[in-house]
Amino acid sequence: MENKLIVSPSPHIHGGDTIGKNMYGVLIALVPAFLVSLYYFGLGALIVTLTSVSACVLFEYLIQKFLMKEEPTLCDGSAILTGVLLAFNLPSNLPVWIILIGALAAIGIGKMSFGGLGNNIFNPALVGRVFLLISFPAQMTTWPVPGHFPMTYTDAQTGATVLSALQEGVTDLPSFMDMLIGHMGGSLGEVGAIALILGFLFMLARKIITWHIPVTILVTVAVFSGIMHAIDPVRYVSPLVQLLSGGLLLGAIFMATDYVTSPMSKKGMVVYSVGIGLLTVIIRLFGSYPEGMSFAILIMNAFTPLINSYMKPKHFGGK
Amino acid sequence: MLRTFRIGGVHPPENKLSAGKPITPLAIPAQVIIPLSQHIGAPAQAVVKKGDMVKVGTLIGKSGGFVSANIHSSVSGKVNKIDNVLDASGYKRPAVIIDVTGDEWEESIDRSETLEKNCTLEPKEIIDKITACGIVGLGGATFPTQVKLTPPPGNKADLVIINAVECEPYLTSDHSLMLEKPEEILVGVTLLMKAVNVSKAVIGIENNKKDAIALLTRLSAGYPGIEVMPLKVQYPQGGEKQLIDAVIRKQVKSGALPISAGALVQNVGTAYAVYEAVQKNKPLVERVVTVTGKGVSNPSNFLVRIGTPINLLIDAAGGIPEDTGKIIGGGPMMGKALITPEVPVTKGSSGVLILSKEESARKPASNCIRCAKCVSACPMGLNPALLARSSSFSNWEIAEKNYITDCIECGSCSFTCPAHRPLLDFIRLGKGKVMGIIRARKS
Repeated sequence: MENKLIVSPSPHIHGGDTIGKNMYGVLIALVPAFLVSLYYFGLGALIVTLTSVSACVLFEYLIQKFLMKEEPTLCDGSAILTGVLLAFNLPSNLPVWIILIGALAAIGIGKMSFGGLGNNIFNPALVGRVFLLISFPAQMTTWPVPGHFPMTYTDAQTGATVLSALQEGVTDLPSFMDMLIGHMGGSLGEVGAIALILGFLFMLARKIITWHIPVTILVTVAVFSGIMHAIDPVRYVSPLVQLLSGGLLLGAIFMATDYVTSPMSKKGMVVYSVGIGLLTVIIRLFGSYPEGMSFAILIMNAFTPLINSYMKPKHFGGK
Repeated sequence: MLRTFRIGGVHPPENKLSAGKPITPLAIPAQVIIPLSQHIGAPAQAVVKKGDMVKVGTLIGKSGGFVSANIHSSVSGKVNKIDNVLDASGYKRPAVIIDVTGDEWEESIDRSETLEKNCTLEPKEIIDKITACGIVGLGGATFPTQVKLTPPPGNKADLVIINAVECEPYLTSDHSLMLEKPEEILVGVTLLMKAVNVSKAVIGIENNKKDAIALLTRLSAGYPGIEVMPLKVQYPQGGEKQLIDAVIRKQVKSGALPISAGALVQNVGTAYAVYEAVQKNKPLVERVVTVTGKGVSNPSNFLVRIGTPINLLIDAAGGIPEDTGKIIGGGPMMGKALITPEVPVTKGSSGVLILSKEESARKPASNCIRCAKCVSACPMGLNPALLARSSSFSNWEIAEKNYITDCIECGSCSFTCPAHRPLLDFIRLGKGKVMGIIRARKS
């Protein structure tokens, strides 16, 4: 026959979903939070984000091309996403050279050393953040106070975040309205609660993630910190402050839901999320760090393979 | 809220291009190739030889075992030869090749269009007639109908479920049959109910066939015990276990027969064939076949004699398009890609789908990102990524422990995968291996 037919097993059609569509979908969901950050932290937010993204993309390209000697897969958007998420976990006045080190840790150690996208155990952006937090504790915990666009990059006033203020026994906290819209100190992507929730709703609508992980984390934190607040309202702040402060929303919506490092079954997702919620509150209330989200997620990332092998999806016709 | 099955599922573009097209009888070809193995189970044994004269409805292959089915001639003429011929499975298998002369039918067959509603036969007699006429499941699985109607001891049907969901995209053969032969189908359902001695039947139809739902709902008022249930459009609802779950909210236990849930499932096309066999003495010699595809100039529903080469159907629908990449026997999700269009239509041929080169091309696969979209899509509640991975590492133990043998090969996982991984290819391989291992262990 002059025109040979293609013969392959079924299915013969594909739904058209791609890794890129999911990654860029998450990036779109991060836009509102970025705009809030730009408004309150000014040019610093832009400089930190651009530096982080370009460094992550560049490091991934170099490592894939020259160390792993394979075709670079930058188009899938995962390096860009790691860059944005890393930037969102940094103060907006962080010096560029520190950001570069963070990006190298995120991509080099967190992702490529395991074999690239899909093979890493830990969330790469959080590996970068925690690496920096331990290496440069002073710079990493000096947050600029929110001002108005356009502020310059270096001369911003610095101040405390809600959680570091609590750690030091300060009781003069921002109002709930300020916490909702993001008018408070903190890492550049974590401040705008409403903007982050908008991103969550967008990802739900586009079926990029399911509700299980974010909602379970938030409920766990609310319940656990609520119990502690009920026991001693003076020592432990209300659950509402816990939910709206620090990296909790950013972590629950965008970091804990990372496909590669979170469990595959719905049951597993719930167990993983309860673990993150509990660990976060424990670190925040009893640990030496004011902020516990990054550590909690990384610890539960390590349990993900174990959860995957014990928590199977609900089997049709099974027990 | 419309019902559907409760675990997994996907919704591929429906593309029912030939919906609403009338059933057109296709011209009888000059020669037919009738395979002796058109069903699941043992092949039929040829009872004619070269040079024999046959009529439409003459028995040419006798059932070759308990799970097997009779084969009848679909044309009148002379047996040219009995030979191994390439069929839709891709293998060469025995077939009876008949040169056509005229169109003479066996006298016992009632060819009139009058509706025969009444039947005084006993259940056993109904099943015997179904056996004699070589009726098999026409949804595609081609399981001999009489075997399903005589369940193993200890199992008893409480109701008959008629599978009229036609969840495969593109295909419309069942839909067109429901619009044109609704009364015959309802009589067929009544016969099936009588054969297994139940008083209730539910016809499950997906809600994208509103005209068929309306028509059958109206007419079913005259048939006691038959209910029409519209279902939410969701693939693979035509899977036997999925349909039972959708209709009676019961999950067939892993590894058990569907009848253990008390439901006897039959395809709507089978119900029509049962009507013709029992009331008209007509063996299964023709069926409705959809010929479709975006490049096909005239997507159609044809009434085709079994054994007609598929290229004649394609010619009648406007010919093979210029940029054809794949010709599929069946639908796009579970159909089989054909090596050549010269293979014959068999009892299980529900459609012929032509895809362009672009539609046929698979995208290159990248790393699994463990997004778990395949887990959400799997209608059997399995972890396709894990099963595919363990199969690719030949780790049959892990595959078996994670119920690889429960896979129904619906393709929802591969369809969904954003990394374009060929999940089902690996799972199919592993499922075959594991089933072999289990058989070896038992013997």
